[in-house]
Amino acid sequence: MPARTGAQIFVEVLRSEGVDTIFCYPGGATLNITDCLCNCHDIKQIVVRHEQAAVHAADGYARATGKVGVCLVTSGPGATNTVTGIATAYMDSIPIVVFTCQVNTTLIGNDAFQEADIVGITRPCTKHNYLVKDVNDLPRKMKEAFHIARTGRPGPVLVDIPKDVTAAMTDAKIPEKVFIRGYQPNYNPHVGQIKRAMKLLAQSKRPILYTGGGIISSSASSELLKFAELLNIPVTNTLMGLGGFPGTHPLFLGMLGMHGTYAANMAITESDLIIAIGARFDDRATGKFDEFAPKAKIIHIDIDPTSISKSIKVDIPIVGDSKLALRKMIEFYEQEKEDFADYHRSIKEWHEQIEKWKTEYPLTYTRDGSLKPQFVIEKVYEITKGEAIIATEVGQNQMWTAQFYKFIKPRTILTSGGLGTMGYGFPASIGAQVAFPDRLVIDIAGDGSIQMNIQELATAVQFNLPVKVIILNNGYLGMVRQWQELFYGKRYTWSRIYSPDFVKVAQAYGAEGMRITREEEVEDCLRQAFENGKPTFIDVHINPEECVYPMVPAGAALKDMLLV
Amino acid sequence: MRHIISVLVENEFGVLARVAGLFSARGFNIESLCVAETLDPTLSIMTIVTTGNEFILEQILKQLNKLINVIKVVDFKDVDYVAREMILVKVAAENEKREEILRLTEIFRGQIVDVSPKTYTIMITGDEEKIRAFLSLLKPFGIKELVRTGPIAISRGDKTIKGKKEKGEENG
Repeated sequence: MPARTGAQIFVEVLRSEGVDTIFCYPGGATLNITDCLCNCHDIKQIVVRHEQAAVHAADGYARATGKVGVCLVTSGPGATNTVTGIATAYMDSIPIVVFTCQVNTTLIGNDAFQEADIVGITRPCTKHNYLVKDVNDLPRKMKEAFHIARTGRPGPVLVDIPKDVTAAMTDAKIPEKVFIRGYQPNYNPHVGQIKRAMKLLAQSKRPILYTGGGIISSSASSELLKFAELLNIPVTNTLMGLGGFPGTHPLFLGMLGMHGTYAANMAITESDLIIAIGARFDDRATGKFDEFAPKAKIIHIDIDPTSISKSIKVDIPIVGDSKLALRKMIEFYEQEKEDFADYHRSIKEWHEQIEKWKTEYPLTYTRDGSLKPQFVIEKVYEITKGEAIIATEVGQNQMWTAQFYKFIKPRTILTSGGLGTMGYGFPASIGAQVAFPDRLVIDIAGDGSIQMNIQELATAVQFNLPVKVIILNNGYLGMVRQWQELFYGKRYTWSRIYSPDFVKVAQAYGAEGMRITREEEVEDCLRQAFENGKPTFIDVHINPEECVYPMVPAGAALKDMLLV
Repeated sequence: MRHIISVLVENEFGVLARVAGLFSARGFNIESLCVAETLDPTLSIMTIVTTGNEFILEQILKQLNKLINVIKVVDFKDVDYVAREMILVKVAAENEKREEILRLTEIFRGQIVDVSPKTYTIMITGDEEKIRAFLSLLKPFGIKELVRTGPIAISRGDKTIKGKKEKGEENG
């Protein structure tokens, strides 16, 4: 191997990992690498306007494609600005590798200009992180970072590279294989446990599938569909699981949890067997832990042993990959079909009950002549037929999207589920648009959230990324307002916010701006926006009083929903 | 309940911070923690004493296993083991008390490692009970300072921590 600089090694490893896009922001410490990327036309380099957005964009790219998202930023503030993005990806198990540059090794620990201990800062919110002090370790550590990010339970990995390391010479080879003695995730589910689970299912009369983001990350949606149909089991998704099962399917109950459907929450409460796959019993999904599914036994399939019996004690734990586990369960069923005769007879009653819940309290809203956010989202679904990639921000906009947009395919929803990061959706939609230049990518935002990363309009315009941002503008931080209305005596402290004229803002950046104030304008305006080929803000003035229902108040049991 | 856990880790920069950070971030207790290099200089063993119910202990073991730099975790709850701790204790020792403390130290097979006109510094090793007993006998003389290592532990018999790989075999 001829000697190369650390910066050259960096580019070589990116190529060996098949990286076609990086989201980046330059600074003093990145310059050796930046310069090295000068003529690399095979690697798209999307320069953002704030490092947080670089990470969200890489995250959106990863969620939409299933590949590892990559970003590169400078030391100090560049590095610390990535933290929210990293924590977002960590909570949602999204594979990204974040490269931060660092001050020279000789200056580390000296409070040097633009120095921050980013490895120390991100230790609790990365799957793993590295400081590369020796250029000879650079290829191995970079390869390990990609390997760790994409395997097992995926997650963000940070690699901190001092500037002198990017200049130092090495003849180190790029390793082809990665071996980490303390890290060998277990993909294969235990056959005995699968059998036990299936035997329990055969005796069950009211089973339900509760599935999460693990279905998406292990690409198990077709297996899930087959399994659910074969055994005629109703399915509820977490927010992270949306798109993992077709939202239009008769077995689909909608999302469960705090803003889940009545049918999903009642079905969980009355079920005698929950099959949880790639979901982690988050408090927003379960409601009060002690009263979650009081009548049910629980089978839990997850790649991460720490997710199992963390908040809810499970009866049959199965550590392994969702896709492999579902395949094994399907195999078992096909071999032992006759054992399920009683099961198929008795499950009819369960479906009748569920149908009753579905018709008693469907997801709904009142049409009163005012412009309702739910109406707008229904229209977005009608026009796109579920084919668009939809990002959301966080709050009411996110919950209405989860409720009223029917996600049919995996990797079509980009949303910060675990951390709940406002400002996530817009840069994430930019990341997805870079990956899929010809697809329609829409961010459903609120007037609060969009202002947390509104500067990325410049990125969208500069790189011709025609993302559509639908701002559900109600003049409030809507979810905070909703809690204040319901639980704080309608004292709207801090939640009434001033916003600029979003149409003019968009135009000032060189993007398109449109406004909708009445129901009749919605369809035409959306169609126009979706076809204009430009980054577009659509400022939708919705009824400011609209709340998200049903709602399980924080700390209450799932069955105790507020329905109106 | 009190548990002794042995953690085989890569002897690398930042590993102690990862383990300590995990305990603090998740609200687990560390009663004591003892860490040093093994025969293989690329590895270290940490002996951690922690408290918590079964539920918490299960999470501690799983979370430790999840760390990339952790190679193996042994909970001595299920294993026959030997645990020892060393203490250094500085005790007031004047006049006729000096003789008495000296005898006590001999009975417990300790050593006096430093002497001043008014104090003895005693080193003693042993299991938890022995150390507790010694300290309670020493207390009336006036303990001026106590430093303890926290226990280190090793399994009895042929078994070694590097023997069988357990990671990723947590089904069932």
